[in-house]
Amino acid sequence: MNRLAVFILAALLATPAAADSVLVRGGRVVTNTGAMLERGDVLFTDGRIVAVGAQVAAPAGARVIDASGKWVTPGAIAAMTEVGLSEISGSGAPNDASLSGSKISAAAEAGRAFDPAASAVAITRLEGVTRAVIAPNATGTIFAGIGAMVSLDGGPDSVKRDRLFQVLELGETGAERAGGSRAALWPYLEAALQDAREYPARYTSGQGGAVLEEIDARALKPFALGQGVFLVRTERASDIRELIRFKRANPTLKFVIHGGAEAWLVADEIARANIPVMVDPMVNLPERLEKLAARLDNAALLERAGVKIVIAPGPGNVDGQQARLVLQLAGNAVANGLPWEAAFRAISRAPAETFGVGGEVGSLAPGRVADVVVWDGDPLDVMSAPTAVFIAGAEMPLVSRQTRLRDRYSPVAR
Amino acid sequence: MNAKLGERHLHRWTLGVAGALVAATMGAAALADEAFRTVRPPTSPYPSTYVARPSAPIVIRGATVIDGEGGELSGADLLIADGKIAAIGTGLAAPAGAQEIDGRGKFVTPGIIDAHSHLGVYPAPSIPASSDGNEATQPNTAEVWAEHSVWPQDPGFTRAVAGGVTTLHVLPGSANLFGGRGVTLHPVLGARTMQEMKVPGAPYSLKMACGENPSRLYGGRNASPATGMGNVAGWRQAFSKAQEYDRKWKDYWRKAARFEPKTDAEAPRRFGRNQAEKKKGAGDPPTAPDRDLEMETLAAVLNGEVLVQWHCYRADEMIVGLDVAREFGFKVAAFHHAVEAYKIADVLARENVCAAIWADWWGFKLEAYDGIRENIPFVHARGGCAVVHSDSEVGIQRLNQEAAKALADGRRAGLQISRADAWRWLSLNPAKAIGIAEQTGSLKVGKAGDVVIWSADPLSSYAVAERVFIDGAQIYQRGQAIAPPSDFELGQSFRERAR
Repeated sequence: MNRLAVFILAALLATPAAADSVLVRGGRVVTNTGAMLERGDVLFTDGRIVAVGAQVAAPAGARVIDASGKWVTPGAIAAMTEVGLSEISGSGAPNDASLSGSKISAAAEAGRAFDPAASAVAITRLEGVTRAVIAPNATGTIFAGIGAMVSLDGGPDSVKRDRLFQVLELGETGAERAGGSRAALWPYLEAALQDAREYPARYTSGQGGAVLEEIDARALKPFALGQGVFLVRTERASDIRELIRFKRANPTLKFVIHGGAEAWLVADEIARANIPVMVDPMVNLPERLEKLAARLDNAALLERAGVKIVIAPGPGNVDGQQARLVLQLAGNAVANGLPWEAAFRAISRAPAETFGVGGEVGSLAPGRVADVVVWDGDPLDVMSAPTAVFIAGAEMPLVSRQTRLRDRYSPVAR
Repeated sequence: MNAKLGERHLHRWTLGVAGALVAATMGAAALADEAFRTVRPPTSPYPSTYVARPSAPIVIRGATVIDGEGGELSGADLLIADGKIAAIGTGLAAPAGAQEIDGRGKFVTPGIIDAHSHLGVYPAPSIPASSDGNEATQPNTAEVWAEHSVWPQDPGFTRAVAGGVTTLHVLPGSANLFGGRGVTLHPVLGARTMQEMKVPGAPYSLKMACGENPSRLYGGRNASPATGMGNVAGWRQAFSKAQEYDRKWKDYWRKAARFEPKTDAEAPRRFGRNQAEKKKGAGDPPTAPDRDLEMETLAAVLNGEVLVQWHCYRADEMIVGLDVAREFGFKVAAFHHAVEAYKIADVLARENVCAAIWADWWGFKLEAYDGIRENIPFVHARGGCAVVHSDSEVGIQRLNQEAAKALADGRRAGLQISRADAWRWLSLNPAKAIGIAEQTGSLKVGKAGDVVIWSADPLSSYAVAERVFIDGAQIYQRGQAIAPPSDFELGQSFRERAR
């Protein structure tokens, strides 16, 4: 039995089903491009979606999956995680998400550390998460490094978009790294951006950077020139206002807020500044003094004010093992006032658009990559789970280290 | 006096009072006669001052009632009177002055009990000054009590209530082999002191820790324990000393009994005669051993008065723990985290040891590497006492969702578990684990009126606690400020603004 399962698993991995056509028929389809289809079909061929609609004909030889009574959605995107950067995050085990020391910070690249064979990859995808946005956590300066978007198909070419954004600490953590105070934080940021813009002249001339090592200045340069996004970790309303002022003074720079526990207090200003916010719908405690106003309906209030929201674990809650909980996070946003469609969008289409891949993933429409998940119920309800997961058209086995342990120790007679 | 004083604890407490009265009487006599007084260290020097809020009888009508013992009734009424569950059924007659609550479409459950919390000892805000949960200065700190670190203004208590929690067991952290005593609290909003939250009659626990935490911490300081074997040696040496300590005190009390007058109602009248007899007796009065607070707690474990709550992840380490318990003759109430409990579910069931577990945490440490989503239902399926615990100020707010995940994953693995059965993991089983199951944990007539009304099936992401009652008094209603925020949050500038 086990040998057979291994054989099937190996066969699935060896021959990607992408060459085949698959028609997922009769499910409740969340397209993310228009209204939900109460009863719809999704057809994909060679890894791309071909048709989405009420009555899609099955091409000859297509595999047909009966999804009646089920939900069909784009794969969820874990928009902030350290999946694949460690096999075991703690215990003193190697963890590529965690860089200490000051030799390198802005230049750290998560995409080059990603391991598609990490156990967490399979564990995460079998819960309907097909893509992940990963970031390093360098601690040497206010720049924590460069993030990437990866596929969770476990394949050798998992890193789909490298150098997506630069993580920038602009709250309590950033203040601490800039010398212990917000008063030092903003001048430090300005000096660092200048170092980057003046790279390499400053360094070849022997003058050196005002605050940055050469390697970091080089890595920061494109971001300082507005060619990449700064993912800004900040929580306090006054810090967000300072960021908005900074953006006004530096209009070429692009920002996404990660955290934003107090963002609801400045929701209108954020909407006007057109800065997306990655928000954690479970953050409601003043666990840091910069989060005194944290509340559960932050996501709902921001959405109502017209802010583009992405749902993801907040700074401090990002880990490499539990990226799968992003669906539960979204469900809790619904429980606290966010419309269901907005919540699902916030873990699929919104992160895809925020990181510049909205034309590829995050919704079900012809031409998009076929990341398709079939669910046994409402995907945002903790009681539900996928019955089939496709990444770029290839069906993923719903098998992981955890399911193998489950089967070995199951009390259910077989 | 105390609404929820359990039989066993009532007995012990009464003896303590009687002893004190006798001691006082004898003290007066001793002025004349230098009477001998037996030293008895107090067992409850920081007594509960919790008082249930006054409340009218309450009838919840037409709800789906999950009783916490595996039963579920639809369209049922629940009557709470005098702070206790008074009746469950249909068409219940309401006593005069009862408050009627329309429960149609709602779900009613026992209040959630979290057997593993650090609220108050690791409060928000989390800054170095508030990190009060681990006395990580030596591997055995059985002498410290978590209640002496509890900050009643922790905003986390207010969030826990909103998640349907009516009782929580606050433990010290897991840095040490013996972390100290745990305490059982009600998350009473507006409480000024820990004592005002303390559940009357609830037993103390001793937090012990297996595995990486103690060995990595002390090993990193080049101290013992540095290894798993050092951990086991540390427990064994300590319990061995505790046996000796316990023997010394018992020996002292045995000798002292010969010098002490009888403690019955006639004691004053017979006092003189006993004194005369005593003078005829042999030898000097016995001297009490020196008190050692660390040993006092361990001796109380050996005597079954303090329950062992043991942080332990791996199956093999839990089995060694059970062997240590057998060697020294104590009982383990629960293993906490117990990430590999599913591997030894048969043993845990046989030994009647609860496993307090997260639904799906795994991989954040080597010893958590084998965590699976079916851990809780597998422990349940073998007949064991599965407990959903939080160990988190975030998780405690939605333990119902953790149970839901575990239930759904258990069913997918082929187990047939009803949602009513699953609710045991949230109230009755944790009540057992912390020794308060006689008073609360299920909607059984005569038990405490610790009740939650949910907006929908609580085993879902979307249900919210609409009303929460402790001892029959409503302490929370969603959307209504019936209790103040904690002092820490009161008057913060954002609260003063219009939303």
